Amino acid sequence: MKAGSNLEKILASGQFVVTGELGPPKGADVSVIERKASLLKGNVDAINVTDNQTAIVRMSSIAVSAILIRMGLEPNMQMVCRDRNRIAMQSDIFGAYALGIRNILCLSGDHQKFGNHPTAKNVFDLDSMQLLQTVKRMRDEHKVLGGDEIEGPPQMFIGAAANPFADPFEYRVIRLAKKVASGADFIQTQCIYDMGKFERFMQMVRERGLHQKVHILAGVTPLKSVGMAKYMKEKVAGMEVPDEIIARMKSAGKEKAKEEGLNICVEQIQRLRQVEGVHGIHLMAIEWEDVVHTIVERAGLLPRPEA
Amino acid sequence: MESFEPIVVAFCCHFCAYTAADLAGTMRLQYPPNIRIVRIPCTGKVDVRFLLEAFEKGADGVYVAGCLEGDCHFLQGNFRAKKRVALAKRILEDVGIGGDRLEMYNMSAAMGPRFAEVAREMTERIRKLGPSPIKKQSRGEVTSPLRV
Amino acid sequence: MIVAEGKPIKEILAMIDPYDKILVVGCKGCVTVCSTGGEKEVGILSSALRLARQAQGKNLEIKEVTLERQCDTEYLEPLREYIDSYPAVLSLACGAGIQFLAEKFRKHPILPGVDTQFIGVTEEQGVWTERCQACGNCVLDRTGGICPVARCSKSLFNGPCGGSKGGKCEIDSQVDCGWQLIYDRLKELGQLDKLEIILPIKDWSTSRDGGPRKRVREDLKL
Repeated sequence: MKAGSNLEKILASGQFVVTGELGPPKGADVSVIERKASLLKGNVDAINVTDNQTAIVRMSSIAVSAILIRMGLEPNMQMVCRDRNRIAMQSDIFGAYALGIRNILCLSGDHQKFGNHPTAKNVFDLDSMQLLQTVKRMRDEHKVLGGDEIEGPPQMFIGAAANPFADPFEYRVIRLAKKVASGADFIQTQCIYDMGKFERFMQMVRERGLHQKVHILAGVTPLKSVGMAKYMKEKVAGMEVPDEIIARMKSAGKEKAKEEGLNICVEQIQRLRQVEGVHGIHLMAIEWEDVVHTIVERAGLLPRPEA
Repeated sequence: MESFEPIVVAFCCHFCAYTAADLAGTMRLQYPPNIRIVRIPCTGKVDVRFLLEAFEKGADGVYVAGCLEGDCHFLQGNFRAKKRVALAKRILEDVGIGGDRLEMYNMSAAMGPRFAEVAREMTERIRKLGPSPIKKQSRGEVTSPLRV
Repeated sequence: MIVAEGKPIKEILAMIDPYDKILVVGCKGCVTVCSTGGEKEVGILSSALRLARQAQGKNLEIKEVTLERQCDTEYLEPLREYIDSYPAVLSLACGAGIQFLAEKFRKHPILPGVDTQFIGVTEEQGVWTERCQACGNCVLDRTGGICPVARCSKSLFNGPCGGSKGGKCEIDSQVDCGWQLIYDRLKELGQLDKLEIILPIKDWSTSRDGGPRKRVREDLKL
């Protein structure tokens, strides 16, 4: 055991893991967190807490993660490279561990141009690969980047993101291998709609033996409407949505759209459980947290195991 | 109110616009005497500096007349002129002279009547706009080096 | 070259408002190459500024000068002959030149007529794009001659990020993804194995982050 987190234990036991996601409020309103968290409780093994996602200022991921711990839930704290330099990052990692956080997901971060502060300076002192190396060094070598010994090393379970659909496709597996070499214990992918392409990606992953070195959690997002499907296809960077999915959402009509979206989601989960090397799913029900229970139940993933 | 006679400078390319001007003359077509023609080998020779300096030297209006698009004797000259005229118009707007006082026209060597028409059009436009703002204090007196 | 862009005329007019006589100084170096501050642009700007003043019913006297460069003392000295006749100077050189003028001519306010933007190249006539961030520690040998600091919007050293699509960056479909360029180039060179290496954490102290920089060649100092 590296961190002894719920997430780590369930993965180690070989059971299929479910992680969820919670977007912090655009302010200091804790009730938003409590509401979203209560919808996820009992339905997921760990909850990702995003870090100023899309460069929109929200309550910090470390604060929200600490609140989740107070609520008896397990956070997966996301940390992006856009807003902090290595000094702040290592400092926050110490603080996170002290507050009881045991899972950390290292990401590059969306460019600030997308958010509500496009004139901000960006940092990117480290990139996600180097952040992985940093957390691993802190955990295993008990040293900070500058070389000093750590008083109370943070034993984190380290995660990274992978996007099988971003370009260049041939390079994505190599990049995943580099992340594993840098220290990733688990991977969460961008949400998948193109099952065929994802299966091809996993084939390349297995050819390199990566599935035995890292736990891969496949990203899944339920579609609410044909508009949402089209938006994701056209406007969201690194997302691929096959035409059949758009067609299905369209023919469901306005009335049955949500139901069809849930059907597609559950089918996807069932198909993903069959893929060798996929050890769980990362369910991102963006601003639709109340549907998580339904999905997890229909996919036959309840009850969640006790770690 | 005394009537205002605008001074309009016309940069005309040798191959088309200037020849059209010649033809207008031969055809005895009437066009306003306010036009001061400057013959240039091609409108592509026109620099933004010439256009601004014309206003500095007392022009109330300026236009550049070149060959029809696609027929420039030097191939791309009139396209370059078009872009430079557009840039100069923006500058004139920014400095309070007014982009409307500058224009680009295209015509062929055979279009004598068009030359005359453009001359009338521009003169009328400038007459309505009034004297160039740099002449405000002078109230119609000739204060520029250009003689009426 | 250093690429700069002329400031909006209205901004310049506001800067020179207190003065009715100014010296406009261009530079035959970088700003001439990127058509922002050379002799031609000095002429156009001066003409525009005079017109603007005259349209307000006031006067503006301008002396137009274009120096070889504004970043070497020797080329600035000729100004000393007449600079005292001008209460202010508007420079169209890059930020370095403007500052050097301010250092050498301490009694005169030196005003910037341009916004200095980046170190770049002429992609085609009329189009200049950024190539270098002057980070002080070049890794171009490892990335096929393409800079991850300047050409990746996030300056990633192990990119591309998940936002790279169709060879373009997530921030703008007109902007190339620097890491796609690096990938393509290394593939062309048959050096894709370089991408298996994890590039180490950058020492940013050689960059602007470490404070104002200096380079010295002792053998050249007199």
